[in-house]
Amino acid sequence: MTYFTDVVTLARKDLRLELRARDTFPAMLLFVISTLVIFHFALPADADEVAAQGLLWVALVFTALLGLARVWAPERESGALEGLVLAPCDRSAIWLGKATAVFVFLGAVELVALPAFGLFFAPVDAATVAGVILASIGICAVGTLLAAMAAASRTRELVLPLLFLPLAIPLVVGGVGASVSPDPGRYLAFLALYDGIFAVLCWASFEYVVSE
Amino acid sequence: MSTSSRNNHVPVLAALAAALIGVAIGFAFFVAPEDVDQGISQRIFYFHVPIALTAYSCFGWGAYKALLLLWRKDERYDLESYVAIHQGTIFGSLTLLTGSIWAKASWGHWWLWSENQLVLFLVLFLFYSAYFMLRFSIEEGPRRANISAVYALFGVVLIPVSFLAIRLAENIIHPTVFTREGPQMSGTMFLTFCIAWLAMTVLAYALYRLELLGKRLDSNLRELRELVT
Repeated sequence: MTYFTDVVTLARKDLRLELRARDTFPAMLLFVISTLVIFHFALPADADEVAAQGLLWVALVFTALLGLARVWAPERESGALEGLVLAPCDRSAIWLGKATAVFVFLGAVELVALPAFGLFFAPVDAATVAGVILASIGICAVGTLLAAMAAASRTRELVLPLLFLPLAIPLVVGGVGASVSPDPGRYLAFLALYDGIFAVLCWASFEYVVSE
Repeated sequence: MSTSSRNNHVPVLAALAAALIGVAIGFAFFVAPEDVDQGISQRIFYFHVPIALTAYSCFGWGAYKALLLLWRKDERYDLESYVAIHQGTIFGSLTLLTGSIWAKASWGHWWLWSENQLVLFLVLFLFYSAYFMLRFSIEEGPRRANISAVYALFGVVLIPVSFLAIRLAENIIHPTVFTREGPQMSGTMFLTFCIAWLAMTVLAYALYRLELLGKRLDSNLRELRELVT
């Protein structure tokens, strides 16, 4: 049980930090709305709703990327990562706590982004919402680990999108499939499979990313 | 010593690779029968597919060495994993190139999104290009070795996942040569394919050994220089 207590403590620390500083969340929110407005002008007037569904996923992936770039910034700026790594808890708990916090941020952004998308473009159905939830789990799991890798590099924010986007391609395929296909079941199953595989991989390998 | 005797294998391997590739070219152009459907353009199959399979093997080999690094904490696996992925990326680029030529000859377009293998290789090419970006922006040391290894492991997991994703997103027009009933080609064609596959694998292994040799020499030289100064 201590493992989950650690995870909750770490996640709560990040949420509290964000509540006090309000660095990332408003930026993500403004970014996703701006992106949707950009897409309105990028789409030709006679474009169909299916094209807009694809753009929703572009907006979500890039918004997540914006948040992920800052995920380890508080730790890095105050040199707290060493302290976390030395803390008497399982190192994978650091990843799980961080990924949980990122999931909460991203979920909150999506709570605004999906109704906004429905308002601007096309109504959002249940399959899309399920797809967004499943894809968000994958984005947070993989993105948090890749952000930790990028934080160790000299180029940081520059290298993260390069690492993240190839891994996000299957998520976009699954998400768009769930949004536009008449039979979204297999796309949702694929997203769940992706989440399962990569969550286990990230959980097992995070220790090596932060330790020497 | 053991390293010097191992180094002597490289010229032998290179000669073997050259000879095998010569035989493979001979078989592909003069022994294998002409494809009824596609004519001469089908012969690029004997290079395209073995190169693609070799690229997969290199990525797999790189991930295996990465796993060994994380498992045993032995630094030499880092270089071996990196070199294997480097070779894999080279063979992956060749796959994109030969696949593109084949697509142009068969379907009249240089690029087809409906061609699963090509799209998969594009995704892998992007993924492994990012590997180099990541690796060269981290200070040399155990941290870099660990991060590179974890990323290399992500690669082998991404291959089947991406394959599945592309299958889900597709409409199939890529000719499926290998089905569950076994290879759909004549005996001579299959023999030619196997020779070409062997030739490419030996070539990749020779290049892998050669690059490893060069990189090790480099690092030994650097160590010696640091000792002198």
